[in-house]
Amino acid sequence: MLKSLHIDPGKCTGCKQCEMACSYEHEQSFNPSLSRIKVFDFHEQGRFVPYTCTQCTEAWCLQACPVDAISANESLGAKVVSADLCVGCKVCTIACPFGTISYNPRSGVVSKCDLCDGSPKCAEACPTGAITFVDASATGLDKMRQWAQKTDTAAG
Amino acid sequence: MRYVIIGAGPAGVTAAETLRGEDPNGEIILVGEEPEPPYSRMAIPYLLVEKIGEAGTYLRKQDDFYRSRAIELVQQRVTALDTAAQGLSLADGSTLAYDRLLIATGATPVRPPIDGIDSPQVSTCWTLADARRIVESAQPGSEVVLMGAGFIGCIILEALAMREVKLTVVEMGDRMVPRMMNDKAGNLIKQWCINKGVQVLTSAQVTAIRAPQAAANNGGGLMGGIKKLFGGGENAAEPAGKVTVELKSGEKIAADLVISATGVRSNLAFLQGSGIDTEQGIKVDRQLRTSADNVWAAGDVAQGRDFSTGDYQVQAIQPTSVEHGKIAALNMAGASVEHRGSINMNVLDTLGLISSSFGLWMGVEDGDSVERYWPEAFRYICLQFRGDVLVGASCVGMTQHIGVLRGLIQTETPLGAWKQKLMEDPTRVMEAYLASAQGATLVGSRA
Ligand SMILES: Cc1cc2nc3c(=O)[nH]c(=O)nc-3n(C[C@H](O)[C@H](O)[C@H](O)COP(=O)(O)OP(=O)(O)OC[C@H]3O[C@@H](n4cnc5c(N)ncnc54)[C@H](O)[C@@H]3O)c2cc1C
Repeated sequence: MLKSLHIDPGKCTGCKQCEMACSYEHEQSFNPSLSRIKVFDFHEQGRFVPYTCTQCTEAWCLQACPVDAISANESLGAKVVSADLCVGCKVCTIACPFGTISYNPRSGVVSKCDLCDGSPKCAEACPTGAITFVDASATGLDKMRQWAQKTDTAAG
Repeated sequence: MRYVIIGAGPAGVTAAETLRGEDPNGEIILVGEEPEPPYSRMAIPYLLVEKIGEAGTYLRKQDDFYRSRAIELVQQRVTALDTAAQGLSLADGSTLAYDRLLIATGATPVRPPIDGIDSPQVSTCWTLADARRIVESAQPGSEVVLMGAGFIGCIILEALAMREVKLTVVEMGDRMVPRMMNDKAGNLIKQWCINKGVQVLTSAQVTAIRAPQAAANNGGGLMGGIKKLFGGGENAAEPAGKVTVELKSGEKIAADLVISATGVRSNLAFLQGSGIDTEQGIKVDRQLRTSADNVWAAGDVAQGRDFSTGDYQVQAIQPTSVEHGKIAALNMAGASVEHRGSINMNVLDTLGLISSSFGLWMGVEDGDSVERYWPEAFRYICLQFRGDVLVGASCVGMTQHIGVLRGLIQTETPLGAWKQKLMEDPTRVMEAYLASAQGATLVGSRA
């Protein structure tokens, strides 16, 4: 069964443990600016929205890549960047309409959520259950919609 | 069913792959004139800085990618197309019949009509063959003149500077990337490059490139001409010596290598007599169909629909080529898929300063726009709206989540109250996106 990240912003307290865990897992440093999941702070409402790639079926990043550096890991349901193949051209960063793949000047390649090989560290680190890793029966787009609805109710 | 694709760039390869996905049994023949496996021109700058080897430029990395999909690769130049007989003539004299044809022959750099443009020291930067030549001549300390600081010119600029050549850039426009960035942003990039040791001359024009001897006795290309006559040209093993690049201002610059990047033109020559309608590129409809039956076109050779304006133009960018290739192939295989239009967008890295532009970055009549400019920090952002919909954007010095600019433009998301917030602070674009595109009422209801 494919699993995917499920985000419930209503439960997020903005502690940024997810960002820490992500950057440590991928960059070996506790540096939220290098995290592939990002908590957005709607300070006017005192709300927080964790945000990362939904591994969408359109895979805009993968399609736009000129050197075959992004591949779909079917068993994981993730789109994964190969740091060896990526040349750092950044075309995927403008092609992804969700803004969830970004260039990392330190490494010279792009980075995005890869679901940590099946055990996402952000979900493990989240103390409030705002980020969970659950069975994915929905497509990327449906996930987006669900997420949007969730955000809606949470705002109510 | 025999599908033939002319051109093995991103448009052609994407089309071949898509066709195979749609039609497991059709015959697919991909004809390209270059000797290498299908590769990506975009990757050339990274080859020049030795971040990758030639294999790193290949469009598909799997060894048996084409074989395993029964995509036949043919290395030949197509010289003519007969749409009535549904056949191609190839350079080796043979012919190739098709049931459905895709023209994906891309573009070629224009050669500006300048005296001396044919000198062996002048190269384009377009093919792997060009790249090999440049690697040879652009050695640390060599003097290199780059003609053109458009988008492609600027990408090459970074690669050349990183090869530690002594680089002078000559651009006719009054700023860098004049067709991608406005005055402020374009000049910010210019200043950054100057600070990094690149000499950038804008509003400047190369008027002639003088061969070594001719330059020495100041005129009359006689010696240069003689040298050429006796075969001292193209592949001369001995260093050809420095040319003198003359500018309109009277300035003269010595150069071991001159790179010409002054724009590109669709490859249409072989279509002469085919009856296919062309303008700037091949005219296509919303299914990427040309004026001839059973012939489609995609990529830099096609004048496809622009998402923002609805006009048909050659965008000559990678993402558009791939979109075209995919949609054309779906239609060739019998589906009926309309192209909504591609967004013109670019991202550029000039020696560590990253800039990007999307859609109608220059704005629209009766639209609103907002910009913020931090010249000391080399940061800039400009958003363009029509009503409460984002229609264009450009930024300098921003790299995180910039794709949402495309997302907002392409989904034509009404920003509602967030439009005003962005007018007050355009850097809050990610919040606006999350609030509007991800759950409109989250903030809308509270605003
Ligand atoms: C140095 C450089 C950097 C670039 N950087 C970027 C970038 O950062 N972002 C971006 O979006 N775009 C960039 N581009 C542009 C991008 O590479 C092109 O838009 C893209 O390659 C177009 O794809 P295409 O398949 O239409 O054409 P091409 O890639 O040009 O492929 C056309 C193919 O057709 C073949 N062909 C042509 N005529 C014939 C014929 N008569 N018979 C047989 N074969 C033929 C050619 O050999 C080639 O294989 C860059 C280009 C260059 C040169």
